[in-house]
Amino acid sequence: MEDTITQAKREEILSTANSVRWDLGTDFHDAIIESIYEDASRIAKKTVKQSGEKEAYSFDLKIDKIVTSKWLGFPLMFLLLAVVFWLTVAGANYPSRLLSSLLIDTLHPILKNLAATIHMPWWLDGVLIDGAYLAMAWVISVMLPPMAIFFPIFTLLEDLGYLPRVAFNMDNLFRKAGAHGKQALTMSMGFGCNAAGVVAARVIDSPRERLIAIITNNFSLCNGRWPTQILIATIFIGGLVPAYLAGFVSAGAVVAIALLGVFFSLVVSWGLSRSVLKGEASSFSLELPPYRPPRILQTLYTSLIDRTIIVLWRAVVFAVPAGAIIWLVANIHVGELSIAEHFIRWSNPFALIFGLNGVILLAYIIAIPANEIVIPTVLMLTVLSTKLAGVGTGSGVMFELDSIEDTANVLHAGGWTLLTGINLMLFSLLHNPCSTTIMTIYKETKSIKWTLVSTFLPIVLGLIVTFFTTQIWYLFH
Amino acid sequence: MNITDNCANCPAHNKANLVKLGLSLENVDYVISLAGNPNTGKSTVFNNLTGLHQHTGNWPGKTVSRAEGGFIYNEKRYKVVDLPGTYSLLSTSTDEEVARDFILFGQPDVTVIVADATRLERNLNLVLQILELTDRAVLCVNLMDEAKRNNLEIDIRNLSKELGIPVIPASARRKQGMADLLKAIEEVATGRYICKPHKIKSRSKKLSHAIDILAAKLSETFPGLPNVNWVAMRLLEGDNSITEAVRSGEIGLLHEENSAIQN
Repeated sequence: MEDTITQAKREEILSTANSVRWDLGTDFHDAIIESIYEDASRIAKKTVKQSGEKEAYSFDLKIDKIVTSKWLGFPLMFLLLAVVFWLTVAGANYPSRLLSSLLIDTLHPILKNLAATIHMPWWLDGVLIDGAYLAMAWVISVMLPPMAIFFPIFTLLEDLGYLPRVAFNMDNLFRKAGAHGKQALTMSMGFGCNAAGVVAARVIDSPRERLIAIITNNFSLCNGRWPTQILIATIFIGGLVPAYLAGFVSAGAVVAIALLGVFFSLVVSWGLSRSVLKGEASSFSLELPPYRPPRILQTLYTSLIDRTIIVLWRAVVFAVPAGAIIWLVANIHVGELSIAEHFIRWSNPFALIFGLNGVILLAYIIAIPANEIVIPTVLMLTVLSTKLAGVGTGSGVMFELDSIEDTANVLHAGGWTLLTGINLMLFSLLHNPCSTTIMTIYKETKSIKWTLVSTFLPIVLGLIVTFFTTQIWYLFH
Repeated sequence: MNITDNCANCPAHNKANLVKLGLSLENVDYVISLAGNPNTGKSTVFNNLTGLHQHTGNWPGKTVSRAEGGFIYNEKRYKVVDLPGTYSLLSTSTDEEVARDFILFGQPDVTVIVADATRLERNLNLVLQILELTDRAVLCVNLMDEAKRNNLEIDIRNLSKELGIPVIPASARRKQGMADLLKAIEEVATGRYICKPHKIKSRSKKLSHAIDILAAKLSETFPGLPNVNWVAMRLLEGDNSITEAVRSGEIGLLHEENSAIQN
């Protein structure tokens, strides 16, 4: 009863507003805005004085003319991207090895011994130490060094003011695709972490364009997928050319995959904005802020605390149960074979149509929580299914081989070819987002439908693309 | 005599009086909101005051939802709310709604407006709009170092006189001006400084009358709703989000939610 009274009151307020509005004329809103601008301008004139002849920001303008120029803007962006990649890859190598020798070569045997002395049952020891602990150790040693290099560099560029220039350069392309120019910003964030990129899409006001930015963010090759790309590129593509060119060519292949991701981001945005998310690109004004000298120490600190540790933590949280599951599927036997082997045999014919194999499919299913553990899972499952003697430490034990040649040998023995390598790189770019990103998409969109679209659209695309590369490959071989 | 002792005894020396609280926000005495155009350094000011490390970045629109932190100054506990940057309170994008909702319905004790010294005129547009909503504000003219680099001189005293609120020059990235800012915040919060904010004078009689009628009805339906005049104005302009908030009765809840945050 009371509800209907207050509701009537509320409607009455609105209808009064509507009727009074007619008396006021249509220009009263403009009049208010005008008087605000007038006052602001009057006060500014009274209080701000430009002394000296120097035109404000002449130096910034000169830099902007270069970095946002029609001809140099894009090449400079790619060059910068390549340099950031190179620094990350080159710099992460040594600390990665150090961490892995500490966590995997030294600490793992100690834990195993400890488990043996307290007579831990073999299955518990397997699940906890060979599964969960090794997954965590792997994620830390593989992810921490590149992230600790990539995020600070990225943050320095952000602090300097380069990101808005990237958005400025890309704006036209995104608008032609029917998306928002600021999508260039969320895309750049996605190169660090897709979940972060999805959250960053809040800067886009229009719900339609924000949704496009969220769905396509997965096409930004994220941190967790680089190790896969770099390793496979080194083995299968770097191996095609003489040794002195190998590093250059494999880095080029990784940049090419990243650019292919940008291409898909544009194409899918275009497709969405012309079908299910129809609409015109809304205009926006993006200020190009002045360049500010970055504060190096503070940037290092905040990017380590805010980004690196948080992203690493969530990877560890997801990797631990995934590690336990890997151990279980490799060790629970149904009949003669383990669950993992059953799945691999069953899915192999299907996977071969796409130039992949059952091992890769299973690895991607197990690794949904964190893309970082795809490669160790692939290796472990390859060894398991081909029963290589003398490699690896037992069923369900994730391991990292000491050299790239060792890894290459395992993969070749598992029946891998150049085609498998290329398709794995493509599929690593084009598959479902990791579970954190999926969860973030749901939180941001509050829609099961769009979460499902964001999850399955990339897989469908990935299967289509790998299907075609496979068919084309077989035409020539 | 020891020089440092003299400094420490001077009332302008704030370091001893400022305790950064980070995230512990119980029993606050005053609530402060940080508002301003995008990319003027609100988050940097926020970090300086609270000792937190809210991520800062040189691009507009980085703060997407509000961040909160606290500090103690002269034995009073303050809570600071960092709002997303906004160019205007008159258009309706999400950033602007968050900023607007908080200034309007959260009723902070002091609104600190952070402005870019190198783009003062455009920043003043927002300052004037905020002064329409609140009587207790401090203007922090940030990026003074950049203004100096570009040979811009700003008459701070005159600006304060024109706006009717304290105006503090600062370079937050170098932690300059924070002591004065704290003092100004304290003076406004405790009522020692009474603001006489600049108001825009362009309301016709007809408009004033229409606003009065609607404001009276709003106060009756939503007792305790602050800034009814402004809400009435938005209704006359046909603002969708405000219209919807009135229709569903949510506007009353917004007020309760935002003031609940204060306690």
